[in-house]
Amino acid sequence: MDTVIEFFQAIPYDQIVIQTLNGIVTGMILALIASGLTLIFGIMDVVNFAHGELFMLGAYMGVVVLATSGSFWLALVIAVLVVALLGAAIQITTLRPLLGRDPLNTILATFGLSLVLQNYALWQFGPVARKIQEPFTGQFTLFYLQYPWYRLVIAGLSAAIIGGFWLFLKYGTFGIWIRAATQDRVMAQAMGIPVPWVYTAVFAIGAGMAAASGVLFGPLVGVNHAMGLDWVLKAFIVVVVGGMGNLGGSILAAIFISLLEAYASLWVSPAQAVIVSFVALILTLLFRPTGLFVSTPR
Amino acid sequence: MRNRQPIFYWAGFSVILILLIVAPLVLPEFWRRFLTEILIWGLLAMSSDLLIGYTGLVSFGHSAFFGLGMYGAAAALLTTKPPSLWLATVYGLVAAAGVAAFVAYFSTRLRDIYFAITTLIFSQIFYVIIFTWTEVTGGENGLTFSRPPFAVPGIFSFPMTSQTLHWFVLAVVTISYLLLRRITQSPFGMVLQSIRENEARTRAIGYPTERYKIVAVMLSGLFAGLAGVLYAVQNRFAAPDFVFFLVSGEVVIYNVIGGIGTLVGPILGAAFFLLLREGLSRFFTEYYLIPVGLMFIAMVIFMPQGLLGFARRWLNR
Repeated sequence: MDTVIEFFQAIPYDQIVIQTLNGIVTGMILALIASGLTLIFGIMDVVNFAHGELFMLGAYMGVVVLATSGSFWLALVIAVLVVALLGAAIQITTLRPLLGRDPLNTILATFGLSLVLQNYALWQFGPVARKIQEPFTGQFTLFYLQYPWYRLVIAGLSAAIIGGFWLFLKYGTFGIWIRAATQDRVMAQAMGIPVPWVYTAVFAIGAGMAAASGVLFGPLVGVNHAMGLDWVLKAFIVVVVGGMGNLGGSILAAIFISLLEAYASLWVSPAQAVIVSFVALILTLLFRPTGLFVSTPR
Repeated sequence: MRNRQPIFYWAGFSVILILLIVAPLVLPEFWRRFLTEILIWGLLAMSSDLLIGYTGLVSFGHSAFFGLGMYGAAAALLTTKPPSLWLATVYGLVAAAGVAAFVAYFSTRLRDIYFAITTLIFSQIFYVIIFTWTEVTGGENGLTFSRPPFAVPGIFSFPMTSQTLHWFVLAVVTISYLLLRRITQSPFGMVLQSIRENEARTRAIGYPTERYKIVAVMLSGLFAGLAGVLYAVQNRFAAPDFVFFLVSGEVVIYNVIGGIGTLVGPILGAAFFLLLREGLSRFFTEYYLIPVGLMFIAMVIFMPQGLLGFARRWLNR
């Protein structure tokens, strides 16, 4: 009996609460990145290796606009628009010619793209990490920690963006086109939906969402040219665990994976905590290859 | 007619081999080293071609096999006295084979992009382990050691100069090429190619495709590990950077540039890429990957067969 009590007393409840909060905040950011990635995969069978670089470029655009205008929110909007336009340009020039070829070709093309974008950022902005000043610095007390309100705002904003996007998919004309093209692109084409432009728009939206998460996340970590690498790997894991092309599943999976890593980093270093999510991915692929959060396996 | 083509093939093969044997005698030190490096990366790319070109599996995890080959060689060179080249090779191959068996068992159940993503994630697992297990692997700094002599105990011993090393690497790469060529032309290789063309049908005919794929990944991993051993011996260090997935990406680039399914194509691709890097880095310094990446994208779109794609049929004869 004593050992049971000792066991429960030994659980660091305060740390668990803090890590839960951290996990949810990173989870929402990750969901914002992954929902673009999963949409791009679901609709055009493109595995976008360059998604992390779009996230990184969004953060850099945030740095640049913030430095000239001084307004964080303006930086957020402009970064999203610029990176969305860049995404559209990328889709038209590199992915459209690959339509109808083996999806593996798109992995190769977007991998090349990620090399180009990453080194462009290194060339343009240099190797020193930049900082985005958070728009406000309020904090509240959580056990022994001063927890910044900004983190909760990030989570809320990400949720709002994803929610708005979901409404757009559900009720907007273009959103309905997107869903139609996901279900059956030949039929959608036959009904007069301009499928190639739907593809371009989806890529642009995905890029814009990645950029938004880059700007929002910038104040927490600092912006450098290699920041996309970690995140694209995590986003891949999320997309596969959530079920490729499944938006709701990706959001759940993003929070699930982030919580796993947050709890794991109570015991091991954060660098090693990544292994937990790798293992989650491999187990998912072996036992539920269609995704953990798919209600009926297809 | 059918007899003449192999004669041309072997004539071309001999000419290139002789050129490569003579090369270190005439080249200055820098280019001698460069040529050896091309051969090593070429071997790694060639090992990956067995999967990409012949089995239809794109591996983004070859850095793990390569890196474990490096660390295996490092383990042998650091723990045994006197350091032995052969022991380093054995350790490296065992390490790479162990990892390859592990990766193969899990990843071959999946296809297409899922295979690519799984191999990538596995290589990242090994990267994280090597990067964080500082007491054993040296962490971020890696391990350094000295070059073993080229020796058979009691019979002969040469110091490993850059010339001896070049010939040794050349011998290993040539033998590996001939072995891989033999493998791809054997009945086993034919089954692999039939898996590439239509896996469901191959299984329906009665071949246990899963087992074939596992063996293919393991063979590929072994040759990649061999490349890792050679690279460790050449550069006298093992570093976690070589386990990072960007190395796997570069290997895929070599394959696509050179032409998949040709075995020599990837070596040519590696040579082309490294020469391009050498040439461009004079103008673009470290940003050479911008023009290289753009060229790679253009090749994927306009020239998916690669440089040697036109000769694929002839090279596989």
